Amino acid sequence: MSDRGEIIVRAKQVTKSYDDGRITVLHGVSLEVRAGEVVGLWGASGSGKSTLLHLLGGLDLPDAGTMEVCGLDPTREVDRIELRRHQLGYIFQMHNLIPDLTVEENVRVPALAIGTPRAETAKRVRELADKVDIRHRLHHRIQDLSGGERQRTAICRALMNGPRLLLADEPTGSLDEKTGNTVFALLKEMAEQNNIAILLATHERRFAEQCSRVLRVRDGQLSEI
Amino acid sequence: MRILSLVLVNLLRHRLRAFIGVAGISFGVAAMLTILAIVTGAIGMFERILSTDSHYLVFERNVSDLFFSSVTSDQVASIRERPEVEEAHPMLFGIVAVGDHPMVTCFGIEATDPRLATGEWLAGDRAMFGVRDDTLYLGSRAAEFLAVQAGDEIEVGRGTFRVGGVFKNENGFEDGGVFMPLSMAQDFFQRETASSVVAVKLREESTGPTFKAAVEMDHPGIIALENREFSQSYNSFKILNFTAWAVGICAFCLGGLGVANTMLMSVFSRIREIAVLRVCGFSNRQVTMMIFGEASMIALAGVLVGFGIGFGVLAVMEHTPQFQGYVQASITGSVMVGIVITALFTAVAGAIYPAIYASKVQPAEALRYE
Repeated sequence: MSDRGEIIVRAKQVTKSYDDGRITVLHGVSLEVRAGEVVGLWGASGSGKSTLLHLLGGLDLPDAGTMEVCGLDPTREVDRIELRRHQLGYIFQMHNLIPDLTVEENVRVPALAIGTPRAETAKRVRELADKVDIRHRLHHRIQDLSGGERQRTAICRALMNGPRLLLADEPTGSLDEKTGNTVFALLKEMAEQNNIAILLATHERRFAEQCSRVLRVRDGQLSEI
Repeated sequence: MRILSLVLVNLLRHRLRAFIGVAGISFGVAAMLTILAIVTGAIGMFERILSTDSHYLVFERNVSDLFFSSVTSDQVASIRERPEVEEAHPMLFGIVAVGDHPMVTCFGIEATDPRLATGEWLAGDRAMFGVRDDTLYLGSRAAEFLAVQAGDEIEVGRGTFRVGGVFKNENGFEDGGVFMPLSMAQDFFQRETASSVVAVKLREESTGPTFKAAVEMDHPGIIALENREFSQSYNSFKILNFTAWAVGICAFCLGGLGVANTMLMSVFSRIREIAVLRVCGFSNRQVTMMIFGEASMIALAGVLVGFGIGFGVLAVMEHTPQFQGYVQASITGSVMVGIVITALFTAVAGAIYPAIYASKVQPAEALRYE
């Protein structure tokens, strides 16, 4: 495990089941992620990768175990809002952008949640759009974009409020190989430039192998490769 | 982009749904505005009939409607003899059938009644009013819809009368009415010496309480009310007002259901989107405010459109000959404010459940939702 930065994620003995306990997805999972690390969660579909990300992002609640993300407890509502607003960005496989809004409007949504002044938001949008090479598409609607452009927009949105952690759930899963490579490289570059930790769920070994650490998710357990 | 602009964008993205919500509220607003304006106008016209150049109205105590009120000629004479009284004008109301028109308001008045002096005489001689017992007079609107003029003969009820003159009156009810000398009306309606109401003008308005007490002491069967007091206590006005508000509020309830339906549809179809907003840091409160904001915008647009429709309908009704001039809309500031408040309240109430539902969206579950 890298010791180059502070611990951003610490989870101990986290368990999650569905259907009244009949389906256990995570069995006492523990992990730590430090600042600047790109940690791959590699496993087959249904292995529990997304569930783990959901729990760490406060989108769902664990049955047991403790979690600390950026010094906050994602099981507490107050901490969850602070986490989502300032500490973490989320990237989904299907990008989950708001249709009919433009690229710029989608990227602005997190700033809207915290009431960032308009001028400051506009400057930040331009900066991010330049970094991911989407500036020429800022005023286009989401439905007019290619898959890669949509995912780059989602990356901008995730980075809007300057998070310390990115939770990326199969961010290349819906993209062709070339675009997937580009998006993955972009994510790594962002992490390095901004000292952001990334926890990236993927079923593609080639991306997992490029992460600074890889945790294999199988049968609800984590094992370091 | 502020939350308000997100609200606008959301409404524009779902134009048809927003339109249905706006239509629901606007019909409610238009219905309420139209009904209240007509009723308030009608009450105003009736008040003006009663209160022409007077301070007090005297009529039979505990009567359900002024049409059934009887103030005898002896009582009128007694009132006239009171030292506080400058003038007293008895009036008898009735409904008559004239030609093909089964309901025309008939006013039995004396030749000295001020409305004869204030009217604009288009034909005939005012000085001849009451001279002949086979002659009646018409408001200009009545002459128009009955298609008669001065000198013609018309059938009123079972009798035939000569039209002695036509005069124009600003009051829609009076302008659409038939005027008879009081004694002729008493014979016609078989009311012997009765009047429906007596409009009393005092020498000094300050003597009103003395006049009222004296009349009610001398004649226990009748009551004297100040014009304002009468308007507030007259049952028919109360019933009309209550009915107008009740019908209007029912219309709004339908509009509110429209908004509730629109907002529910909107929330259900945006479950994933709302989850994304939560993931991006929106609090429950912000999501709730967004839904209420959308409902309020729908209400605001509905109010504007509704006022447009309502004023349009009233303008058309006021100029439609078939209404015989009985529609004289009266729109007060309080009615306008009441309608706006009711519209906003209805829309916000309709958005309560959708807003609660939206605020309780669990992001993880909603993101799996298709």
